[in-house]
Amino acid sequence: MNVLDVAQNSVAAGATLIRITLEADEEQGLLTLTIADNGKGMTPETLAHVTDPFYTTRKTRKVGLGLPFLKMSAEMTGGTLAIESEVGKGTVVTASFGLHHIDRAPLGDVASTVAGLIQCSPDIDFVFTVRAGGEEFCADTREMREVLDGVSFAEPAVAQWLREFIGENTQPILQRSNII
Amino acid sequence: MKSLQELAAIRDRMKQTVNTREAAHDTTRIVVGMATCGIAAGARPVLNAFTEEIARRELSGVLVTQTGCIGLCQYEPIVEVTMPGQDKVTYVKMTPDKVARVVSEHIIGGKPVAEYTIGAR
Ligand SMILES: Nc1ncnc2c1ncn2[C@@H]1O[C@H](COP(=O)(O)OP(=O)(O)O)[C@@H](O)[C@H]1O
Ligand SMILES: [Mg+2]
Repeated sequence: MNVLDVAQNSVAAGATLIRITLEADEEQGLLTLTIADNGKGMTPETLAHVTDPFYTTRKTRKVGLGLPFLKMSAEMTGGTLAIESEVGKGTVVTASFGLHHIDRAPLGDVASTVAGLIQCSPDIDFVFTVRAGGEEFCADTREMREVLDGVSFAEPAVAQWLREFIGENTQPILQRSNII
Repeated sequence: MKSLQELAAIRDRMKQTVNTREAAHDTTRIVVGMATCGIAAGARPVLNAFTEEIARRELSGVLVTQTGCIGLCQYEPIVEVTMPGQDKVTYVKMTPDKVARVVSEHIIGGKPVAEYTIGAR
C-alpha cells in the first residue's frame, strides 16, 4: 500500500496535522486506510479529476499516479476509494481494501514508513492509529513533541525510538488479526 | 517496550550535547533521496540504516532527513552529506551495507568515501 505517496500529498498541501488511520473490520472483511489533513484542500474541479492518471497540478512530473494507483489497488481487491476535500479546510482520503483478498498488496513495514515520514517532516504533526480485533494503538506526535521540548524528530536517536515505539505497538495488533 | 519515559531520557541526552556544540552551522546533514523512484530503488532502508548507525554510535550534531526526487533516478538512492566547512558530497547507488563505512570514514573521520561518490566509476 502506498501510504507514503498519499501522505506526501498532504505534506505538499501544507498540512500541519495529518491523521493516518489503519482499521481492520473483520465483519465487513475490509482494511481501511484513512489519511486526513488540514492542508489547502482541492477545488471541486481538481477533485473531479484527481483519480484520472493524466491529471496533476505538479509541474515536475507529467502525470499524477498516487491517487489513481491507490484507486486501482483498492478496487482490485473489491474495495473503494473516496476523497473529500474542501479548499482551505483539508482533505480526507479513504481507501478500503478486501482484508483477505488475494490481490491486496502486503501492508509492508508500516512502522518504518510512518516513522520515516515523521522524521522527514519533523515540523508537521501526525496522529497514527491502528485499530484491529478490538485493539487500538495511537501514536500522537503532539504528545511526543511536548516531551521532546524542542529536540527534533530528525535527531536519529529520536527517529530510531519512534520507529521501534510504533513497530512494537502495532506489530502485535496487526499480527493477531492476521493482517501481516 | 519503548515508552515516552524513554523518549524523555533521549531528550535529556540530546539537550546536553546540543548545549556543548554551536548552533546550525555546526550540524552535519545527511539527506537521502526519497521520492517515489527513490523508494522503489531502496532509499527507505538506506535512511533507516543511517538513522540506526548514527543512533547506535550516539553521534550528536548529525541530522538524517529526506529530499524529494532530485532527478537522477538512474543513480537512486542518492545521499547528500553536508558537513561544516566542507563541500557537499553526493553518494549514489547507496545501499544499507555501505552506510557503516560512510559513517565511520566520512561523518566521524571527515574523509568522504570517494568510491561511492557520483564522480567515481
Ligand atoms: N491531500 C491533498 N491536498 C490537496 N491536494 C491534493 C491532495 N492529494 C492530492 N491532491 C491534488 O491531486 C493531485 C494528484 O495527486 P497524485 O495522484 O498523488 O499525483 P501527484 O502527487 O504526483 O501530483 C496533486 O497534484 C494535488 O493537486
Ligand atoms: Mg502524490
